[in-house]
Amino acid sequence: MDDPALTLTDVRFRWPGRASFGLSVPAFRMSRGETVLLLGESGSGKSTLLSLICGIVTADAGRVAVGGIDLATLRAGARDRFRAERIGVIFQQFNLLPYASVADNIRLPLRFAPERRKRAAADEAASLCAALGLPGGITGTTAGRLSVGQQQRVAVARALIGQPELIVADEPTSALDAATQDTFLSLLFDRIAAAGSSLLMVSHDERLGARFDRVVRLADIAQADRQAA
Amino acid sequence: MILRLALGSLMARALTVGMTVLAIALSVALFLGVEKVRTGARASFADTISGTDLIVGARSGPVQLLLYSVFRIGNATNNVSWESYRDIANRPEVKWIVPISLGDSHRQFRVMGTTPAFFEHYRYRGGRALEIGAGHGLDDLYDAVIGAEVAETLGYAVGDPIVVSHGLASFTDHDDQPFRVAGIVARTGTPVDRTVIVSLEAIEAIHVDWRSGAQIPGQTTPVERIRQMDLTPSAVTAALVGVESRMQIFGLQRWINEYREEPLLAILPGVALQELWQIVGVAETALTAVSAMVVVTALLGMMAMIFSSLNERRREMAIWRAMGARPATILGLLVLEAALMAAAGAVLGLGLLYAGLVVAQPLLDSAFGLWLPIGPPTGREAAVLAGVIVAAALASLLPALRAYRLSLADGMMVRI
Repeated sequence: MDDPALTLTDVRFRWPGRASFGLSVPAFRMSRGETVLLLGESGSGKSTLLSLICGIVTADAGRVAVGGIDLATLRAGARDRFRAERIGVIFQQFNLLPYASVADNIRLPLRFAPERRKRAAADEAASLCAALGLPGGITGTTAGRLSVGQQQRVAVARALIGQPELIVADEPTSALDAATQDTFLSLLFDRIAAAGSSLLMVSHDERLGARFDRVVRLADIAQADRQAA
Repeated sequence: MILRLALGSLMARALTVGMTVLAIALSVALFLGVEKVRTGARASFADTISGTDLIVGARSGPVQLLLYSVFRIGNATNNVSWESYRDIANRPEVKWIVPISLGDSHRQFRVMGTTPAFFEHYRYRGGRALEIGAGHGLDDLYDAVIGAEVAETLGYAVGDPIVVSHGLASFTDHDDQPFRVAGIVARTGTPVDRTVIVSLEAIEAIHVDWRSGAQIPGQTTPVERIRQMDLTPSAVTAALVGVESRMQIFGLQRWINEYREEPLLAILPGVALQELWQIVGVAETALTAVSAMVVVTALLGMMAMIFSSLNERRREMAIWRAMGARPATILGLLVLEAALMAAAGAVLGLGLLYAGLVVAQPLLDSAFGLWLPIGPPTGREAAVLAGVIVAAALASLLPALRAYRLSLADGMMVRI
C-alpha cells in the first residue's frame, strides 16, 4: 500500500505516424490520496500525458506506473482492463454516450472491470447521483437530454463508481460557467475525499489551484518536443 | 448492456438507420418475392398435369405442344386429323385417349372441346381427379362445364346461358347456338379453372355453317337439324394418352413420331417440362442474380452509412476506450450494430413479403393462374435471412476495422 498512486520515470513518447509531436517526462510522482493540478497551455502535451497515464498509448522508453504497476508490463488487453479497474476518467465535455441512459453511462466502466464491479454497490449509480446533487430519478434519463453541468456531474459519478484509486480529469470545468464551476469542484472534491482516490486534473486555469494539495506546471516536469513534419 | 447500448445508438440515429433498414427490408422482400414466384411457378406448372403418359399433337416443338395443350399458352399451328387420331386410339398399347380441340373462346377464357373421358383421366397435383362442384358433366350437346375461375369471374351459375366466340380474340359470336352451364369444376389451381369445357361434337356443331374460319353468309342451320347431323370432327388439336403399361410409352412415342400419314409429335409431359425449365432456367437465374444484387446494393449502402458515421462517432469511440473498452470491443460494437440493422431489415422484409403476398395472391392467381401459397418461412428463406445478416456483419467489418484503427490512433485525443 506504500506504492505511490502514480510515477513517471524517464518517460519518452512520440506519436506513431505523427512524428511532429513528442513528449518526455523525466520524473513525476503522485502520492495516494493526493490532489494535483497540472497547469499547461493547450498544445503543451496534456492530452498526450493523460493518454500515457491511462495506458491508451505506451511510452517508447521509461516507466509509467499506476499504483505501482508498470503499464509497459501489461499487454494491450490487460492495459485496457487495468484502466477500467483503476482509473476514472473525466473529459472536458461530451463525456457521455448521448443515446444511453444516465445509469448505463455511469456503469459503463464496470462492464470492462469485474473487480470494480464487485466493489460497486448495486445502487451506487443512484446514490452517487444524489450525492452530486442530481435530481432523483435522473438515472433513467437519456444522457443527451441533460444540461452540460448535469452531464459533467454524471461524468464524475462514472469516474467515481467502484472507487478507482486514480481519477484523471481533463479540464472538466472548461465547459461550465463560473458559478457552476465552483459548485462542481466542491462536489468533485467531496466525493474524491470520500472515496479516498487521488486526483490528477489538467487545466490552464490557475485560479483553481487553491483547492489542490499541489499545483504543478507541465513545463516544469515535461518537455514537449515539436518538429516540423 | 452492450446490446442495449448498441440499440440505443441505433435509435439515436433513427432516420439514417431507418433508411438503411428500409433499403435492406425492400431488397430482402424483393429477393424472397422472386424466390416465391419462382418456386410457386415451378410448383404450379409441375402440378398441372400428372397421370398422362403422352401428349400427341401436330409436329412442332415439345415445349410448344406442352404449352398449348396443357397450359393454354400459345396456339397450335396444325391439327391432328381425325383419321390419325383414330389410328392412335386403336393402337393396342393405348389404354385411354382424350382428344382436345382448342381455338374458340368465351370472353377472356378459352373453350376446350373434349370427351367425357377428360373428366375421367385428367389428373393434377399428384393424381387428383377433377371434381364437379356443382351441376353435372357433359350430357347434352350444348352443355358446357366451366372452371371455378370462369364461374367466379363472370358470376356464372349452373343453368346460365353461354355464347362461345369464334377464335380467341374476335367479335364474332356463335350466338345462333348458345350453350348452357351444366357444371362447375371445383378449383384445381390449374388452367382448367380458366377453361370452358364443351363436347367435341359441340365444337363441330357451332362450326357447321363455317368454312375456312369464316361464316358462310346467310346460312344458319337450325339447331334441330344440327342435332340430327353426324358431328364427328375432322380434326382435333391434341390428345392426351395413357398407355397400358409404362414399358410401352417409348415404343408408342416412336410409333407416333414415325407415323407416315401425317407429321405428328408425341411427348412425355415430364420431359417437356424439364426442357421448359432449361429455357426458363436462364431467366430464373438472371432474376435471382438481379435481386441478389439489390440485396448487395442495400448492404453496400449500409456500409457507406457506417463509414460516414465513423468520423462523427470518434468522440464516442474515445469515451468507450477511456472507460476501458478494447479496440476489439469497438469493432464488435459496430459489427453488432450492422447485424442488428440487417436483422431488423430481414424481419421487416419478411413482413413486407407477407403483406405483398396477401395483396398479390389473388391478382397473380387471376392474371397468371399462379397460386402462391402463404405459409411459414421455409428453411431456404430462413437461410436467406440468416445469410443477409451474416453478409451485413461481414460488410460492416471494413468500416469496423477502420474504427478499430482510428480508436488505436486517437487515444483520448479527439476533441470536437
